[in-house]
Amino acid sequence: MKRSLVQEFTKGFIDENPIARLVLGLCPALAVTTSLINGIGMGIAATFVLVCSNTIVSMIKGVVPKKIRIPIFIVVIATFVTIVEMVMAGFAPVLYKALGIYVPLIVVNCIILGRAEAFASKNSVGRSILDGLGMGVGFTMILAVIGSIREILGDGKILGFPLFGPDFEPVLIMILPPGAFFVIGILLGIFKWSDLRQEKKKLQSIVH
Amino acid sequence: MDIKILLIIAIYSILIQNFVLTRFLGLCPFLGVSQKISSAVGMGMAVIFVMSLASAITWAVYTYFLDPSTSILGFFFSEETLPNLTFLRTIAFILVIASLVQFIEMVLQKKVPTLYRALGIYLPLITTNCAILGAAVLNIDGFSAIGLDGKLTCIQSVVQGFSAGVGFLLMLILMSGIREKLELESIPESLKGVPIAFIMAGLMAIAFMGFSGLSI
Repeated sequence: MKRSLVQEFTKGFIDENPIARLVLGLCPALAVTTSLINGIGMGIAATFVLVCSNTIVSMIKGVVPKKIRIPIFIVVIATFVTIVEMVMAGFAPVLYKALGIYVPLIVVNCIILGRAEAFASKNSVGRSILDGLGMGVGFTMILAVIGSIREILGDGKILGFPLFGPDFEPVLIMILPPGAFFVIGILLGIFKWSDLRQEKKKLQSIVH
Repeated sequence: MDIKILLIIAIYSILIQNFVLTRFLGLCPFLGVSQKISSAVGMGMAVIFVMSLASAITWAVYTYFLDPSTSILGFFFSEETLPNLTFLRTIAFILVIASLVQFIEMVLQKKVPTLYRALGIYLPLITTNCAILGAAVLNIDGFSAIGLDGKLTCIQSVVQGFSAGVGFLLMLILMSGIREKLELESIPESLKGVPIAFIMAGLMAIAFMGFSGLSI
């Protein structure tokens, strides 16, 4: 059954969310989410690369020999990552410095190669763009959630504005590496918990 | 002095800035292949091998082709027209790593079949392992935290790549040991598998933060 175009776009939000469901692209999700703005910046950069590479890959899908398709996809992705890198270094140097080596590492983000191989190389250009956009938005959403949890708990601020009074003592561990592991572990646990609950409900409705 | 800085790089990459726990590089294989100790060791060895080689080769590519001040392209271009190709770093590195992995696989299959059988299935997985590209990029960016601003030398790069691989192997072995034990524990249904592995990794990261107090 073919999805409608709207479903193609929205499936990346929850149903096939790259981080929550497919557990792909974890490195940037953990490394750069010390604050909300960093998370969103990384999300937007990855979304741009995802949409562009999906577009090009679905355009050239007819001419690429099957045996060397992966190297070709990687070159396409690396080209767009280089563009992002140069634009970011030129127009948002603070963000570029904060994201550091994780900008060039977008190349090896499994989500992007994964969507090129699993989706864009089999579907039309329009659908591939929608798929890339949806997946990118889903990725950005999770990054924003992790980033804001860590910034609120670890720094007591959101987007740089203090949330609590001066008596608030920040949980420093949350903006250090261990905090990232705890937040993603608990988030994935919550997702699994809601899945299990829905399954149980389905089973019960069948029994009754 | 030379040996001392190499030792510092090794300790820094293995313990203080462990690739998995503080840089979050190579998390996919860290979660994917840490179910059993035997496969963890195989994967770790493959990563050490590829990472040391990739560090040397990407360093050479950067120094002799991309960086205009040391480029051998100086033979063909005059000083004014010599192109600054450093912006091609990402593309060049990922291509070098991908072809290197393919090449190693073919050589091992032909020359050292026993090693090939031991590392076999892990080699292709390494191409998209962000730890390898991360190590290559870090060698160029340098480690300002231990007083190494700018590009590392060739030997330093190889030592850095090797010890980052050792740090990765260490984490894989520790994690697979813990996960083998976790199989027998009673864990809430929704935390089983990946979520509990992340929480364990967080606890290990706290333990490893103790090393950041080392004065080197």
